Amino acid sequence: MSGHLLSELTVFVLAVFVGFEVISKVPTLLHTPLMSGTNAIHGIVLVGALLVAGVAQGGLEHALAILAVTLATVNVVGGFLVTDRMLEMFKKKPQA
Amino acid sequence: MSEAATGAPWITLAYLVTGVCFILGLKWLSSPTRARQGNQIAAVGMLIAVLATVFSGAILTYRDIAIGVVVGAVLGAVGARRVKMTAMPQMVAIFNGAGGGAAALISMMDFLRANQTGVAPTPDVAVTVALSTIIGSISFSGSIIAFAKLQELLTGRPVSFPGMRIFSGLVLLFVAAMAVALVGFGFGDAALYAMVAGALALGLLMVLPIGGADMPVVISLLNSFTGLAAAFTGFVLGNDVLIISGALVGASGTLLTQLMSKAMNRSLLNVLFAGVGAGGGEVPGAAAGGTVRPTTVEDVATMLAYAGQVIVVPGYGMAVAQAQHNVRELADALEKRGVSVKYAIHPVAGRMPGHMNVLLAEANVPYTQLFEMEQINPEFSRTDVVLVIGANDVINPAARTVRESPIYGMPILDVDKAKSVVVLKRSMKSGFAGVDNPIFYEPTTYMLFGDAKDSVVKLVAAVAKV
Repeated sequence: MSGHLLSELTVFVLAVFVGFEVISKVPTLLHTPLMSGTNAIHGIVLVGALLVAGVAQGGLEHALAILAVTLATVNVVGGFLVTDRMLEMFKKKPQA
Repeated sequence: MSEAATGAPWITLAYLVTGVCFILGLKWLSSPTRARQGNQIAAVGMLIAVLATVFSGAILTYRDIAIGVVVGAVLGAVGARRVKMTAMPQMVAIFNGAGGGAAALISMMDFLRANQTGVAPTPDVAVTVALSTIIGSISFSGSIIAFAKLQELLTGRPVSFPGMRIFSGLVLLFVAAMAVALVGFGFGDAALYAMVAGALALGLLMVLPIGGADMPVVISLLNSFTGLAAAFTGFVLGNDVLIISGALVGASGTLLTQLMSKAMNRSLLNVLFAGVGAGGGEVPGAAAGGTVRPTTVEDVATMLAYAGQVIVVPGYGMAVAQAQHNVRELADALEKRGVSVKYAIHPVAGRMPGHMNVLLAEANVPYTQLFEMEQINPEFSRTDVVLVIGANDVINPAARTVRESPIYGMPILDVDKAKSVVVLKRSMKSGFAGVDNPIFYEPTTYMLFGDAKDSVVKLVAAVAKV
């Protein structure tokens, strides 16, 4: 195991703990927006998709790259928008 | 391969800002007043990461990116704007599948590239490639099946065939063998494709035998899978922001999966492998030939109008009938008369964690009236009328007593402690879990048969006349 991988593993494990800590405080009321919000966050694979798409060569790589970027963008854009749409509806007082 | 991207200090710093934005965003999600800002700050974090990557100098050609981003943004935006709140679980499943598919594709491409250039990936890189490809593929195909089930393109009942578990086990072994061939022995592209095909099949085999009622658990689980796939993709590319975000999502999905399983008093393994919905235990009321008491709109209106406290127990049936707006009208009318109205939300009400809250929020029900099971259960004994609208399994006392029942042990709303219960129901058909409900035969229970929306509309009119 390279030192690089070890430091990445460290980051991963610590982030898991941060995740548990932060998310266990979210009330049931907001679990659907939480799920669709975290869903949008794993759209961060878009960054990975951009990196591989930026250096794609040959027909197969181009096809896979376009597909990867498209899927990841759907995940990001759709995820954040739909979460915003839901959270907008949560009101403390009824409106006329 | 992405050393250029992670090399420059400003890019690493930008990614760090993104990570902080995500954590802050999730933190703010714990309060309904700040949740929307939380989501927005997470979106800003995402934008920072994307821009930093685009201008990092690691991108040589922009054509593929432009096509993908434009097409993806249009599809995502249209989907997000158009989806009905009742269809939210399907939408989340689709977005989740998209993310999982992207993660798998990225790792595959990295691996194919390495094979092409003849630079065999070191074993530790190969392991992470294999993991992210496998998990991403499972998440992709599993999410598609979950979508199809929720959208009712496929039956919501568990689908299985004799020897399915053994077959799934063999496929799992095959995928593992291909992974070992890739990682340990440098087998090339063919092994990679075989591994992907096997993992896609695993996703299908995992979700097909799971019944519709268990979908909230499955969606949470697949969400955590995609998070993990993203994190492993981060290992492959040596990219910390992917690792951090993937870990956050993996943790969140795991936590929600645990909560959901707990709310049904079942282990995750039981949810995945038991195939609930196929049979049911004998229920005392039905076996004893108990009788139900049908009632009329006028009687219910009088009961409600003179009650001190009314608790509404909404179920998915209410959302299907699109009755939530009318329910809110009824609640408003009762509150004007001085009746206290509360909503009791069971953790598995709806088709995903917290789904019912979103549906009621859409109908302008203030969230201060929505109560979780633990908060509301002590209230039932002080309640005059419980109005059950389109809910069934979550109020079934068989869960307390009938050991053979598939829902045995599931914590339920104690509606039977209230002075009277009115159940709005289309017919005497049993609920999603396919179990009869003894509460219908209790002497304090009255049945108001008919379409939920129709009945509530009539109730609103009748209460006005009382």
